[in-house]
Amino acid sequence: MSSTFLGMPATPPRSPYGTGNLRGDRKFPAAAHDELRNEQLRRNLGKATHTIRAKRLNVTGELPDWEQLRDAGSAIKTDTMNRLPELLEQLEQQVTERGGTVHWARDGVEANEIVTRLVRATGSTEVIKVKSMATQEIGLNEHLESAGITPYETDLAELIVQLAHDKPSHILVPAIHRNRDEIRQIFLKEIPGVDPRLDNVPAHLAAAARAYLREKFMTTKVAVSGANFGIAETGTLSVVESEGNGRMCLTLPDTLITVMGIEKVLPRYQDLEVFLQLLPRSSTGERMNPYTSMWTGVTPGDGPQDFHLVLLDNGRTAALADRIGREALNCIRCSACLNVCPVYERAGGHAYGSTYPGPIGAVLTPQLAGMHAAKDDPNSSLPYASSLCGACFDACPVKIDIPSLLVELRHQHTEESGTTAEKLAMKAAAGVMKRPKLFTAAQKAAELGRVLGGRDGKISHLPPPFNGWSDSRDTAAPPKQSFRSWLASDEGAATMRAAADEYDRNQQEEEK
Amino acid sequence: MRIGLFATCLGDTLFPEAVKSTAVLLARLGHEVVFPPEQTCCGQMHVNTGYQREPVPLVRNFAEQFGDPSIDAVVMPSGSCAGSVRHQHEIVAERYGDAALRAGVATVKTKTYELSEFLVDVLDVTEVGAYFPHRVTYHPTCHSLRMLRVGEKPLKLLRAVDAIDLVELPEADSCCGFGGTFAVKNAETSTAMLQDKMRNIATTEAAVCTAGDSSCLMHIGGGLSRIKSGTRTLHLAQILSSTRTSPYVLTEAVR
Amino acid sequence: MTTARATVLGRVRDALALAPTQDTTIPRDYRTGRTLPDDERLALFTDRLVDYKAKVHTCTAARTAEVIAQVLDGLGARRIGVPAGLDEQWLGAYDGDVQQDSADIPAPRLDALDGVVTASAVGCAETGTIFLDGSPDQGRRALSLVPDLHVCVVDLSAVEVGVPEAVARLVPERPTTLISGPSATSDIELERVEGVHGPRTLVVVIRVDA
Repeated sequence: MSSTFLGMPATPPRSPYGTGNLRGDRKFPAAAHDELRNEQLRRNLGKATHTIRAKRLNVTGELPDWEQLRDAGSAIKTDTMNRLPELLEQLEQQVTERGGTVHWARDGVEANEIVTRLVRATGSTEVIKVKSMATQEIGLNEHLESAGITPYETDLAELIVQLAHDKPSHILVPAIHRNRDEIRQIFLKEIPGVDPRLDNVPAHLAAAARAYLREKFMTTKVAVSGANFGIAETGTLSVVESEGNGRMCLTLPDTLITVMGIEKVLPRYQDLEVFLQLLPRSSTGERMNPYTSMWTGVTPGDGPQDFHLVLLDNGRTAALADRIGREALNCIRCSACLNVCPVYERAGGHAYGSTYPGPIGAVLTPQLAGMHAAKDDPNSSLPYASSLCGACFDACPVKIDIPSLLVELRHQHTEESGTTAEKLAMKAAAGVMKRPKLFTAAQKAAELGRVLGGRDGKISHLPPPFNGWSDSRDTAAPPKQSFRSWLASDEGAATMRAAADEYDRNQQEEEK
Repeated sequence: MRIGLFATCLGDTLFPEAVKSTAVLLARLGHEVVFPPEQTCCGQMHVNTGYQREPVPLVRNFAEQFGDPSIDAVVMPSGSCAGSVRHQHEIVAERYGDAALRAGVATVKTKTYELSEFLVDVLDVTEVGAYFPHRVTYHPTCHSLRMLRVGEKPLKLLRAVDAIDLVELPEADSCCGFGGTFAVKNAETSTAMLQDKMRNIATTEAAVCTAGDSSCLMHIGGGLSRIKSGTRTLHLAQILSSTRTSPYVLTEAVR
Repeated sequence: MTTARATVLGRVRDALALAPTQDTTIPRDYRTGRTLPDDERLALFTDRLVDYKAKVHTCTAARTAEVIAQVLDGLGARRIGVPAGLDEQWLGAYDGDVQQDSADIPAPRLDALDGVVTASAVGCAETGTIFLDGSPDQGRRALSLVPDLHVCVVDLSAVEVGVPEAVARLVPERPTTLISGPSATSDIELERVEGVHGPRTLVVVIRVDA
C-alpha cells in the first residue's frame, strides 16, 4: 500500500548521511585548491578532455537529426519520470516472469546488504564487477570487503583506480586523472606476475589487464553489474561498454546481480533506438561503442542461470519530489558534460567529493544526498562550482538544463541558510538598486572610489572576500562619470545630437 | 525605431564608454535612443548567486521602466543581462511575483535584445560604417553564445569594419572564468580558466580583445593588466562606433 | 513491517504528488524507416566496420566456405568453435579442427580455441554494428566472446541503414549482443585502443547476395 492513500504525501528522504560516496570531506574551493596545484593532473585532464571533445563533435555532427534525437531522448526520460511507479512495477513483473528475481532497496545500506546476502548464498568469496556508477555511489566494494568478499573491478579504468587504492574522478573514465606513465607504474607495482618490461604503450597496458583478468573471468561464479537501461515493457536490461569485460561478467558466471537506480527504467524496447544513438556518440565519441549486451531474465543454456535485479532509491525519490531538480534524474551517465566543463577540466573529478563529479554531479549529488545534512555541508558548495557557462547544457544528449538547475539549487541553499553576511549584502545591494535615486548616489560614491586606484588607475588589492579576485586581476578604478551623468551633461547631449545629425547628413547625401 | 537603452548597472557605473558607444551607434543609425532614467539593474547577480526574493523589486523596476509600449525595443550592450531579462525574470516573477509582474516581464522579454543581435536580426545591418585599423580578436561570451545564441552575429559585424585585422581566437568558446560571484567564490579555479584564456589571446598578438559583455571584459582585462599584456580589452560597441571621422584612439596597453 | 518495495513505490508516488507532472508527448522526428540501395548500404557498412578496425570480406553466398577457409588459414587458426546450428557447409573448405559448441562446455575450454565462426541476426550500416541474438547459428554468448578471433558472417539483406531500422528487427527477449569492431578501450587518456577482453580480431564476411 502506498502512503499516498494514508493522507498527505511525505517528502522522500535523501541518501542517509554518512553512507556511500555522495559527499566529500571538504568544500569544493578547498579541494580544488589542492587539485589545481597538481600540474600533472592539469595536463592529463586537459589532454583527455580536448581529445574527447573533438571526437564527440565529429560523430554528433555526422547525424543530421541529432537535435531531434536529443528532443526525443529528453521527452522519453521526462515521460519515464512521470510514470515511474507503473513502469517500475511493469519492469519487476517482466523480469520475474522471465526467471529473474527483483529486490528493492530504500538506500545504499540496504542495497549493500542485499548484494552481500546474495553473494554469500552462492558460497563464493569473490565477485567480478562491471563498471557501475550505482555500486560506486553506495560503496558496495567497501561493504563486500568488510564482509570477506573480494570484488574485482574489470573495467580497465576501474581496475587502475582499484589497484592504485585511488578514487574514481570521472563517470566514464574513472582514471582520467592518470596518464600512461602513471598507469604503467601502477601495473608494475600492483599486478602479480606482470612482465617487468611492460612499457607505457596503451595497447600493451590494455594487454596486461587482459592477461591479469582472464583467469578471473573464467573462474569467478558471481558477477555484479549496473545497468544503463531497464526496459519496462520487456524486462530487458542493458549494459553499454567497450572492452568486453562487461560481456564476460554478464555471460560467464552462474549468478548475476545487477544494481540499477530506479530512474534508469525506460518505457519501451523501441526507446533503445534513441538512446543507442545518443549515448555512445556523447560518451566515448564513437558511432557505437564496441559492445552492448541486452538480456531479459534468464535464458536456458546461455549466460547466468541465477539473475537478480536490485532496484535502488537512495535519494532518487527525494530528487523526484523537486519540480525543477528532478530533471537531473534524466541523466544517462554519458559524461559529455564533464568533458566540456571548464571547471571540471581544471579542478578534476576528486574536487567534487562524490561519485558523480562535474556539472551533472553538482546538481545530482546535492539532490541525492542533500546539502544541509550537517553544518557547512561540503555538498552545499557544489552548485557554486560553475561559472554557468552553459557548455554542459549544449552537450547533454537529453538536454538537461544544468545551468538552470545550478541556479535553482543555489536558491535552495540561500533559502536554507538563514541570514548570512552575503544575504545581507545582496539585500543591501537590491535595496540600493531598487531606488534609482539611491543608486545614482551610490554611483557618485563609486566615482569617489577613484582614490582607491593607484597612479595608473588600477586597484590591485581588495579585501576579503574579494582578495581571491585581486590575487590575479587588476580592477580598473571607477570612471569620473557614470553613463547617466554623462548623458545628462551638456557633453552627452551634444554627442547624441551630433550622432543623430550624422544620420540625417548621410541620408541627405544618399538622396543626392 | 524608438529604442530603450538599458545601460546595465555595471556599464552605467564602471564602463560608461561602452554604453556611450552603444547610444551613439544606435543614434547614428537613425534611431531614437531613450534612456528611462529610473533604470538600475536587471538582478542577474542576485539570481545567479542564489537570491530570488531580493531581486523582485529590480525585476519589477525593469519591467516598469521598459514596459512603455512606445519603446519598440530594449537594447543593451550585454549578452548576460539580456539573457537574464529573457530567461531569469520570469523565474523570479513566477515564484515571488504577482500577476502584474508576470505580465510585465512577459511583455518586456519579447522586445529585449543584446546589441549585436539587435543590429543583425532586427535592424538587418552588418555594415555600420565603422573604422578600426587594429588587430582584434573576439571572445564570444558564454551567455551571448549559449543563452542568446548570437552565433556569428558579432563576427559578421566585425568583419564589416573598415581596416580591421580580425584574427580568430583559439578555443574561443571556452569560458573566461568570470561567472559573476564564481570568480570570487571559486577564485582559484576561475584564475586557472583565465590563464588559459589569456594564453590563447596572447597567440593572436592582437592589440584588442573584444566581446559583447563588459563583465567578462573586466575579468579578462583585469588579468591582462596584471600580467602586463600588450593586448587590451574593448567592448564590441566601442569598435563599432569608431569611424574615420571620429576614430577610437587606441592608447598603448599599460605595461 | 512495510516492505522496501512498498516504501520505494510509495515514495515515488509521494514525489509525483508533491511536484505534479505535466503531460509529455514524445517527438519522434528523428530518421526512421530509412532504406538505401544494396551497393550504398554495403559501402557504408564496410566503411564503418573498417573505421573501427574490423577486417571485412565480401563474397557471394556460393563462396562462403571458400572465404571462411581463406580467412581462417590466413590467420593461422587451427581450432575453431562453431554454434550447433551453423550451416555445416560453411566450414566445408576448412581443414582445421572444428568443435561444435554446447552449453555444457566450460568457458576455459572455449579459451583454448583459436577462433569462432558464427552467423548474425542483423547489421547496422551507419554504425558498423553487428547484432547477435543467440539463434542456433550464432550460439550462446560465451562462444563468440571468449575466443580471440571472431569470424562473423553477415547477409547484406539483414543490414539496415541505421539504428532505429536495426532495433526494429530485434526480438527483445533473446539475449542480444551488439558488436561494433573488436574490443577496445578509451580508458587511457581517452584515446581509443583496440583489443582488451573481447575478441581482439573481428572479421566480417558480408554475403552480398544473401
